[in-house]
Amino acid sequence: MLPLINQPFTQLVIASIVAIICLKFICSIYIFLTAQKAQQKSLIDRINACLPQTQCGQCGYEGCRPYARAIADGDAINKCPPGGNETIISLAHLTNEALTKLNPAHGAIAPFKVAVIREEECIGCTKCIVACPVDAIIGGPKLMHTIIEAECTGCDLCVEPCPVDCIEMIEAGTESVKWVLPSQVGRFSRLLEAPQ
Amino acid sequence: MSSEAVARIARLKLRPHRIFGGIKPRAYKSSSLRSRILPCPIPDQLILSLRQHQGEAASPVVKVGDMVLKFQLLAEAENDSALNLHAPTSGKITAIAPHAIPGQSGQPELCVFLETDKQDAEIELTALPDYRAMSHLELLDLISQAGICGLGGAGFPSGLKLGDGIEKEIGLLIINAAECEPYITADEALLREFAEEVVSGAEILQKISLAPQCVIAIEKDKQDAIAALKPALRNSSIKLIALSAKYPTGGEKQIIQGVTGLEVPTGGLPQDIGVLVHNAGTAFAVHKAIIFGEPCVSRITTLTGAPLQTPKNFEALIGTPASYLLKICGLDKKQLTGAIVGGSIMGVELKNFDSPLLKTSNCIIAKSAKEFPQQAKEQACIRCGYCANVCPAQLLPQQLYAYSRSNDRLKLQDYGLADCIECGACAYVCPSNIPLVQYYRASKQEIKESMLRERQSEYWQSRFQTHQYRLKKNQEDKLSKRKKKKSAAGTKTENTFSREKARAEIAAAVERVKARKKKLIASTKLDK
Repeated sequence: MLPLINQPFTQLVIASIVAIICLKFICSIYIFLTAQKAQQKSLIDRINACLPQTQCGQCGYEGCRPYARAIADGDAINKCPPGGNETIISLAHLTNEALTKLNPAHGAIAPFKVAVIREEECIGCTKCIVACPVDAIIGGPKLMHTIIEAECTGCDLCVEPCPVDCIEMIEAGTESVKWVLPSQVGRFSRLLEAPQ
Repeated sequence: MSSEAVARIARLKLRPHRIFGGIKPRAYKSSSLRSRILPCPIPDQLILSLRQHQGEAASPVVKVGDMVLKFQLLAEAENDSALNLHAPTSGKITAIAPHAIPGQSGQPELCVFLETDKQDAEIELTALPDYRAMSHLELLDLISQAGICGLGGAGFPSGLKLGDGIEKEIGLLIINAAECEPYITADEALLREFAEEVVSGAEILQKISLAPQCVIAIEKDKQDAIAALKPALRNSSIKLIALSAKYPTGGEKQIIQGVTGLEVPTGGLPQDIGVLVHNAGTAFAVHKAIIFGEPCVSRITTLTGAPLQTPKNFEALIGTPASYLLKICGLDKKQLTGAIVGGSIMGVELKNFDSPLLKTSNCIIAKSAKEFPQQAKEQACIRCGYCANVCPAQLLPQQLYAYSRSNDRLKLQDYGLADCIECGACAYVCPSNIPLVQYYRASKQEIKESMLRERQSEYWQSRFQTHQYRLKKNQEDKLSKRKKKKSAAGTKTENTFSREKARAEIAAAVERVKARKKKLIASTKLDK
């Protein structure tokens, strides 16, 4: 056996096997570390995906992503009124926390609303433009402002800064037609078919 | 890709194939087939909904008080999914206001109210008996102009469907005359009396869609219609295929399977596998639109049900109120318990009897307590599996039902809720009387809405991110500008602060002043 080991070709083979094993080991450590990092990052992203992205700050944080980061660090999951029960359920699934009711300190569940500026009253102070987290308001200094309805998240943040109180929140008209359950139609059934 | 599909269809042998599942309900068709198709008298008022189908509404081009003639354009389609609307007869526009229409939503739609003058005066039409000389795209444009939609019930704009078919290459055109749902006889009556016109319409559709093959598919038990079609098809390349009679043979995906044996892939359209399906009634409307230039202003509709003394098929004007149609069929109000628009399985309850006839309303059933007894109470699912046997889409309705109740979106998608054609065969055989289709529809709606919400929140997130990026960039810009200003100011002060330079400058200034003084003195001397 021994002389076989001493041959240069065998040594080369052994060396290459050792090198491959080392390389694999290093690679696996690298992959493990990056995967862990990626998972951590994706937890915040996954929590963020559950949040409604209205950026309203009712949870007490600056926006949805900061709140997602706080949840990942162990904050309560029931601080998001625009998301409602659906968000709490999906967050509970994701974080493995117990289902809890929405914390009323942060607001109540309400139908989706959008902000509308009464344009004839607007004095063009640009205060609402600064407050809007999604740049949904257009207008300039001393010029009338208006809100792009399709962009508005209904966050309510522009209402308070307005010095002339010309912004109001109105319920958004939903485009989709609600399916109304028909009362009798579904009953055409073999059981009830009139006797021949 | 699509030419592959065309080649595959060319290789196929077109013959009746087996269709999955299905039920055989009692047909209730004979009573309305006893008489010929009658032209419906013109009612005093027509109510024309601007939304005739599940698409966008058309926008009116007439004003209140206008006098209009038959076939005149009333409302124009502004995009592809809307339909042109034409005046079914002459008269005066009295109002444009919301009114109840038959439909799933039960919501009132904007309608044009036309007070008829019974003169039936027409505008001049351009007839095209020699359409073969025209290009298929010109014909397609004419079809779109005529406001024709799928008259079988779903009402998809025909021009849109044909255009999509031309784009994707079509190997086979199927004219769907199966009409598998109980009570409805509009297509059967149409074929019995207007077989040649339907065949002519099918030839026009074949020319437009450039399909090498065309087939008329019908159920085996419609013998009168088959007997009328055979002579009409003698000089034509169009084939007739008689499928076994069961519900839902007439579903678009089912009839493709019945004729070709192919299945439409999940989330795909028939056009994707090189097949185009049009209803027989649509073919008739296409014939009238091309040969006579008439836009779609009337349709053949079945009036049936036990409370009617003379059930029959009418060629009725679009917009005729349902109550008027029921009245002239001899409605016995004592027996009446309600009415359905559409067939007895997939139709929708008529809530307001003044609702007008739409382009998609193929049947109005007057309900009696005998034929439509009170709904029995829904009971628990006993997992008998009857529903899975009859499902034409080969789904597991009992599983879908369970997941629909537990609101499990992911599982519903896994189990193929999107493939459900809402035919109602499962609910028909259910021994526990569960209105399964209603659960599926509600779940489908919920999934659609939540997907919409997700998309919206993604969009908002991106908006927020760009907003924050903008704020950050503004801040940085401001800081860098301030820095630049500061540095610029700094260099200036440094330059002036060198003492020697200052001294030199002062000395230079003094020199300049001295020189100027000298000059001044010299000039004053000269003056003197």
